[in-house]
Amino acid sequence: MSESDSPVRSVYVWVLEGTWRASVDAALSLSPAGASFTLLHVISGEAPDAARGAYAGLLGRAGHDPGIRLDEMAEASAGELLEAAARRLGRPCEKIEIQTHGHAERAVVSASARADLLIVARDGDQARLGPKSLGKTTRFVVDHAACPVLLVWPRSAPDVATIPPPPRHPHPPPPRHPHPPAR
Amino acid sequence: MDEAFGTGSLGGDALNAAIGETVSLIALLGVLAWAVTRPRGWPEAVAAVPAAVILIAAGAIPAGTAATEARQLGPVIGFLAAILVLAHLCDDDGLFRACGGWMARTSAGSPRRLLTQVFAVAAVTTAVLSLDATVVLLTPVVFATAARLEVRARPHVYACTHLANSASLLLPVSNLTNLLAFAASGLAFGRFAALMAVPWLAAVGVEYAVFGRFFATDLNAGRGAGRGDGGKDASLPVFTLVVVALTLAGFAGASAAGINPAWAAFAGAAVLAVRALTRRKVTPVALVRAADLPFLLFVLGLGVVVKAVTDNGLGRALAPLVPGGTSLPALLAVTALAAVLANVCNNLPAVLVLLPLAAPSGAGAVLAVLLGVNIGPNLTYTGSLATLLWRRILHHHGASPDLGEFTRLGLLTVPAGLVLGVLALWIGLRVPGG
Repeated sequence: MSESDSPVRSVYVWVLEGTWRASVDAALSLSPAGASFTLLHVISGEAPDAARGAYAGLLGRAGHDPGIRLDEMAEASAGELLEAAARRLGRPCEKIEIQTHGHAERAVVSASARADLLIVARDGDQARLGPKSLGKTTRFVVDHAACPVLLVWPRSAPDVATIPPPPRHPHPPPPRHPHPPAR
Repeated sequence: MDEAFGTGSLGGDALNAAIGETVSLIALLGVLAWAVTRPRGWPEAVAAVPAAVILIAAGAIPAGTAATEARQLGPVIGFLAAILVLAHLCDDDGLFRACGGWMARTSAGSPRRLLTQVFAVAAVTTAVLSLDATVVLLTPVVFATAARLEVRARPHVYACTHLANSASLLLPVSNLTNLLAFAASGLAFGRFAALMAVPWLAAVGVEYAVFGRFFATDLNAGRGAGRGDGGKDASLPVFTLVVVALTLAGFAGASAAGINPAWAAFAGAAVLAVRALTRRKVTPVALVRAADLPFLLFVLGLGVVVKAVTDNGLGRALAPLVPGGTSLPALLAVTALAAVLANVCNNLPAVLVLLPLAAPSGAGAVLAVLLGVNIGPNLTYTGSLATLLWRRILHHHGASPDLGEFTRLGLLTVPAGLVLGVLALWIGLRVPGG
């Protein structure tokens, strides 16, 4: 069987706080029958790391490091999030949790490298169409993904009229001649 | 040759001072290195207390001077212990859980509104119950609240870590550095708070303005839908809140009456402790643990060691760098020096070194030191380069946190916070009636 003939079989859904419902819904409505689903969630250690760092900055307080509690909570919360996403999907699926300390985008790109489709929700400015509708991490994934990407709006997309009008002079006037013509 | 070592000192004295300074510096570096690396997780006092004893035994600091230093630090440490216990009992009684419930309800799932609530709660918690309470007790609640609302927790947790430093300007109880400076400044509790109120608001305002833009993506990511378990909210512990409010009033009242405000802290902690003990909500062991005796001993040991270092020469060496008076340039210079020192080692030794040098210029200079040592640590996420380097060494294999982002955040908030804070302090010092 050649690669190009193969239908979309493995659909990866990047599950992110705040936007995962739209991604799961897109997976349900736009994936072909017989597709296998993988829910991908990155547990970012950034918040626990920041708490650990702040605690380390308090000289002399042995014990009680809040980072440990935050790590536990982050893991529990990630489990609940994936559980909720799986319930909404209502199909058999694989759940992948990746633990990172920053750079979640790289983890998503490598985990989805062999997928037939990766579903990503925009996570930036939701009020107007445009490049700002993609946050830093999402843009990295869209720019670098090794697989086809389906980019969805987390809620209804803004009106097309939100695109600013084109600039008055689409073609800038030719630069003035550096040397005045010889007389 | 003798003159090179100081005014009119004999050769032997100068040599003794040089040896004393060397020994004291080695002791200080050892104490700080231990505190940063914490071998085998042993408490920091394990190094600090013997170091102080060795310096006294070796004659690097006269026993009388060490005793005076300890007598000065004693009440400060007692005050600190009372505040630590008070915060712990507030947590036991569900104050922070109730705050989490309040933030969850009033933010209605909006990440931006949640950030505003976190700013309000973290700024007040830090000011009233000290930065320890914000870092250790409030941050986990904020994280849990964000997770429950399904909101990305990063901006909110970063807000806690930043405000633990920059919002610790307001009251003498907000930070151990403040307690030390408060004792050295001779200010009344109310006057301290009045002078620091505007700098505090300025520092928090700078953080708020920067956070809103810096984390725009996370904050615009949309409303979290929440996990639908809003019914489990803890009710507000009214009794505890009233005791904390009365304790606050007690600080100002006691200080105005010439009584050490530490007694108000003891009274507040005692009321809550007795109530919790009679209701069997807390054990005596837990109370003692909350007072964190090893930490208190560490502060005592560190204070004696730093005193030896300053008296044997560091004080004289740094004195030319600390401008006298409370003109705006002088205050800015003092604040900048304090911020640099705090970032190189840590703000606790920095404030111990700088206070004796700033105190002769008056309360204004002492408060300028505080602006530097309290806001400055936000430049790095560990509060100082020494801690940061050590953590980098620990993390050199495998995952390490994204330093660049936190440092950018620090560069955006710290210089602006320092300058605006000093400006506000300078104006406050010139307001009639001050």
